[in-house]
Amino acid sequence: MNRLIVSPSPHDENYTKTSDIMLNVCIALLPALIAGCIFFGIRAAVVTAVCVISAVVSEYICRRLMKRDNTIKDLSAVVTGIILAFNLPVSIPLWMAALGSFIAIVVVKQLFGGLGQNFANPAVTARIALMVSFPTAMTNWVLPFEWKNGADAITGATPLVLRDMTPEKLAEINQEIPSCLDLFLGNTGGCIGETSALALLLGGLYLIARKIINPAAPAAFIGSLALISLIAGENPLYEILAGGVFLGAFFMITDYATTPITTKGKIVFGIGCGIITFVIRHYASLPEGVSFSILLMNILTPYIEHHTRPKVFGAKEAVKNEK
Amino acid sequence: MKHLKGIKLRHRKNTEDFSTIDFPLPSKIILPMSMHMGVPCTPLVKVGDCVRVGEKIGDCEAPFSVPIHSSVSGKVTAISDYRNAVGAVCKAVEIETDGKQEIYENIAPPVITDRGSFIKAVRECGVCGLGGAGFPTHIKLNPKNEIDTLIINAAECEPYITSDYREMLENTNDILSGIEFIKNILGIKNVKIAVEGNKPKAIEIFEELTKHDNDVEIHTLPSVYPQGAEKVIIYNTTGRIVKEGTIPAEVGVIVINVSTVGFIYRYSQTGMPFITRRITVDGNAVKESKNIFAPVGTPIVDILNFCKTDIDSLKAVISGGPMMGMCIPDINMPISKTTNALLAFNKYDDRKTSACIRCGRCADVCPFNLVPAEIDKAYKIRDVEDLLALKVNLCMNCGSCTYVCPANRKLAETNQLAKTILPKM
Repeated sequence: MNRLIVSPSPHDENYTKTSDIMLNVCIALLPALIAGCIFFGIRAAVVTAVCVISAVVSEYICRRLMKRDNTIKDLSAVVTGIILAFNLPVSIPLWMAALGSFIAIVVVKQLFGGLGQNFANPAVTARIALMVSFPTAMTNWVLPFEWKNGADAITGATPLVLRDMTPEKLAEINQEIPSCLDLFLGNTGGCIGETSALALLLGGLYLIARKIINPAAPAAFIGSLALISLIAGENPLYEILAGGVFLGAFFMITDYATTPITTKGKIVFGIGCGIITFVIRHYASLPEGVSFSILLMNILTPYIEHHTRPKVFGAKEAVKNEK
Repeated sequence: MKHLKGIKLRHRKNTEDFSTIDFPLPSKIILPMSMHMGVPCTPLVKVGDCVRVGEKIGDCEAPFSVPIHSSVSGKVTAISDYRNAVGAVCKAVEIETDGKQEIYENIAPPVITDRGSFIKAVRECGVCGLGGAGFPTHIKLNPKNEIDTLIINAAECEPYITSDYREMLENTNDILSGIEFIKNILGIKNVKIAVEGNKPKAIEIFEELTKHDNDVEIHTLPSVYPQGAEKVIIYNTTGRIVKEGTIPAEVGVIVINVSTVGFIYRYSQTGMPFITRRITVDGNAVKESKNIFAPVGTPIVDILNFCKTDIDSLKAVISGGPMMGMCIPDINMPISKTTNALLAFNKYDDRKTSACIRCGRCADVCPFNLVPAEIDKAYKIRDVEDLLALKVNLCMNCGSCTYVCPANRKLAETNQLAKTILPKM
């Protein structure tokens, strides 16, 4: 007879694995990737592939060098790669995209201990690093459907820049402020995966339906941003549809590792992102503030989490131990 | 009413339609002197003694303990040290059966006139909580506080197990008579029979039989694990919260397992102490799943053979349910008073544990709102202060957090380990 296995309870199996969760996130990102390819051409897919491959290779080599278990099978590097690509303009040189993946995986994630241990969102931090290092390449926005013109593709300004321009200036660059419908569909200049709110919304709803993400954070982010815009007299619909709000709301502030575990904490995090995004967009020198808002709130995550711990059922009130 | 959180499990009550059958007399039984929560008993017999069915063979002076009776007639062949599934060592009495099953001559229905004689009789019959924890029933039924509600725990929330369910179907009248009996003796006004919604037949029968009784209410619990946990069942049926460091009696409630109630009634009629129990035998290594009545002390291997288990392929045998049951290290060990199920598996999840991804599923399912992921982190660095703040001492080890963890982290286990480094109160 075999020796019996003795282990602590529970003994029942649960079939959701880390890789299942990551695979579902990849599936949820597909609509936005397809939208990116429609508006910005096949190069969108190429940039995404480069980011994914370099992210996975970085993870593999890094884990090997650190003599740790190989973790590429959990698919988290694939997710990071796709999200990073979505934050890049389609015209980015491929080596820069690969460098971004390296920063995301090695510097931000693995050096802090790997999956679940990093305090900052890898894709967001890599995007910011690239933006600071290569401002020109990172703000070269090819307009939708211009990919058909090959090398002569016209570049232009993003919706958040356009709305602050005077009519004369708009006429000079031959662009218009896009309608909210165009913003919703993604028919505007911007990063590969951030322009189509519709596609991102589809992916987000899929993740909510599969109970992979908690709708609290995206709702708090989008809701608070819309509310502040309304109070400040801006067009709330334009505010939430333009830029990276939907990408951030559904795929970046729902990142498990870098946002609070508790639902209350997620709401605080979302509202914080909404406020900071609005402040940066309207009062700072940058046109877009989603990435910075997420990074800033990432830093606050441990504190938010500590102060939003749920009340334990039946627990006595803690006695403060003053020393 | 608001319910505590929990998880949806696959019920796998494969044996729910299987009537209980008598297990044939084993050739020997082993009776550990500690099958209940509390002080172990001292053997009252010597090697070579002849014992009969129902004869007391172990007892102790301590009030927080219950005596042990022989479930067979035969000869004591050995009294030796025995290590149980939790690792504690006590004496165990081995009895070789003679096949005659002679009944001990002093067996007679107890004379119960008041609360005092009732509590004494309950102690003498050797019964303890039959749901699995084995809390001495005579202690539970003798609280210092005023009790207004008796909750009959018929949740049976663990997958596979149907032994309480079969008791409800096969001995419905014993249960109802037992309730009436306890209620009158202890002067309790309200009774709630709490049954999980996955047992509609039992609910229907109880409702039919109690429709003229205004004091007994049938409460349907949601099919969300763990409904049978004491604090959960109290909150979900009465809305009362048993605070940290207190017992249910302090909120005016006694919770008692449905099979225990049925047994107490039978004992009051026959005087036969607790020597046999109903067990669900199931699991993928068991060819013929069954519900059986087996003498307490029957070696597990005999029961597994009786149910046509493929012993050679066994990977794990669990005493109790898959969520809170215990792994049996050796199939020659006996069943105890609290063994409500034996599950034999030829597969065991050997997935590796990976890093916590902080998905928060553990916190989402914890009925008590604990955050196991945080406890895991605090335990790793032995941060006692944070563990106290995180209230790990309140974890009931229901296992829901481990069950949902995508990284296969043994969170419930960590909680129990963390409790051991807390300062003693």
